[in-house]
Amino acid sequence: MEAVMEARRKERLDRGIKVRTDGIYAVSSWREIAYLVLPRLLLIGGLLMMPLLLNQAPYWQRVVSIVCIYSLLAISFDFLAHFVGLVSLGGALYIGVGAYIAALLNTHFGLPSWVTVPLATVLGGGLCTLLLWPCLPLRGVYFAIVSLMFPLLAARIIEALDVFGGTDGILGVDGFSSKWVEMYVLIAVVLLILFGLRRLVNEDLGLVFRGVKDNDQAVKASGIDVITIKALGVFIASAIGCLGGAMLSHLYMWAGISQFALDFSIIPIAATVVGGGGTLAGPVIGCLILVPISELLRDFGTLRIAVYAVILCGFIVFKSEGLMVYGSRKYQQFERWVQI
Amino acid sequence: MSQETILKLSGVTKRFGGVQALTEVDVEIHRGDILGIIGPNGSGKTTLVNCITGFVTPDAGQVVFQGRDITGWPPHKIADLGLTRTFQVMRPYYSLPAYKNLIVPLFSRRARRTGGWRGGGRMGDRNTVAVDILEEIGFERDSYVPYKAASSLPTGYLKRLELARCLALRPDLILCDEVFSGLSMSEMASMLPLMEKLRQEGVTLIMVEHRLRELFSLANRVMVLNFGAKVCEGGSEEVMANEEVKKAYFGSEEVFEYV
Repeated sequence: MEAVMEARRKERLDRGIKVRTDGIYAVSSWREIAYLVLPRLLLIGGLLMMPLLLNQAPYWQRVVSIVCIYSLLAISFDFLAHFVGLVSLGGALYIGVGAYIAALLNTHFGLPSWVTVPLATVLGGGLCTLLLWPCLPLRGVYFAIVSLMFPLLAARIIEALDVFGGTDGILGVDGFSSKWVEMYVLIAVVLLILFGLRRLVNEDLGLVFRGVKDNDQAVKASGIDVITIKALGVFIASAIGCLGGAMLSHLYMWAGISQFALDFSIIPIAATVVGGGGTLAGPVIGCLILVPISELLRDFGTLRIAVYAVILCGFIVFKSEGLMVYGSRKYQQFERWVQI
Repeated sequence: MSQETILKLSGVTKRFGGVQALTEVDVEIHRGDILGIIGPNGSGKTTLVNCITGFVTPDAGQVVFQGRDITGWPPHKIADLGLTRTFQVMRPYYSLPAYKNLIVPLFSRRARRTGGWRGGGRMGDRNTVAVDILEEIGFERDSYVPYKAASSLPTGYLKRLELARCLALRPDLILCDEVFSGLSMSEMASMLPLMEKLRQEGVTLIMVEHRLRELFSLANRVMVLNFGAKVCEGGSEEVMANEEVKKAYFGSEEVFEYV
């Protein structure tokens, strides 16, 4: 008996407009320019509008700021994981280091927030890079494990030695002059870093980063020191995280050991899974979805972790590519079933 | 041909656990030479390449390149001096288009200093230089091949890409680890003039090969390894006539003749 099996496969073809607009010189009509610009404008405009739309809900305006801080972490995770090839579980380390440095500079030296935040970004990035340096020559899971260990260690050390305010944390950090400054500075920073990194990964230096991810042996054979390149990647990623941490300490007017909490390591990874890894914009979209959900579920207490887990499992099983990859495929390609 | 020594190995020894991979290998290579290294499987050819290029640190012995002792140097520093290698198992950056693969070596300090092959990289536009290099090495510039993702290229092009990565550094010496293996006859035939051209430009070549016919047509000296030790060294006829070599390398073939 011949089994009647219709073998089908999905054929995907790039839309004409996608092919035409791949080269920058091909952009010659408003339609094509709009095709390129609209998705970007949607994200930029959406983010910029959010504080205004939520003017009646001050609580949710604070959530906008938190979304932005998680977005910074998620972008930095995505950059390190998908463009340098290092899986970092150290989001909490970056946030904690950035928060403590900004808080110390502010309370001890009386520096204003527009000085402490950039300083905490650079110093924190440097410190995190130094801490993670020993595992850069290794391949495999070591980087992930060590980066997971540091935030736990830091919290215990601060607790045990009672330094930096011990379990109380550092109180009396200056806040921002207004909630509008707070929100729009964060949104601007997220957008700048998002589009800046998207540019970087296609520049020559970015190609070297991607080379390290694809094949570090070949990079070595090309006369480039892989450890230096990895360190530079870690510096960029951890500085972005520390920037988020510094903003967070000014936001809460406080820095404490809960800023070394594992949430800062885990939620960005979940957001990257939901949004789509390797896209940089995807993790931001992931944060826009996951962080508000986590706020909504606050009433359920610890049960929200379960809901979170279900969402994450659903995405991993059914749409492991992530929203951004799925969306851009639908946007750029025709799909149709063809007989084999 | 000048008799200036470019690379000198003395007593290079390496063991992996209980396996003696290399035993006191001495060899001297002059500038402009093409040295062939042959030997049965597992005779230590690739380990020797790894020891020279710093991917493996020899347990004993010395590697001197252009008068400098480079034993135990990290690979990127050795490449920076102008000693580059291809990999037996091709190692392209699969996610990048073929010509973008060359941006990585062109980004290196050496390429920025020397300008890369033919000095074109000094002008700064690495993309153009990358396509120039690929064109010289047999990627048709006007076709889509240089712009395709490396993951979709056939073996022949990937082998060329390996060589192109070396050339982008404007090397003095290239170690080719089996560039001919896995190629069709026509692909090999088109590679031969390329190697000849490199030699004429003053690049010294060390070729680890299993394809003896192609190797002998290029190499002016051949070294035979067996069980990690040098069996003999000399011109191709000299090597072929050597009894030790016949025993080590062609023994199986002799048996084959009697069958």
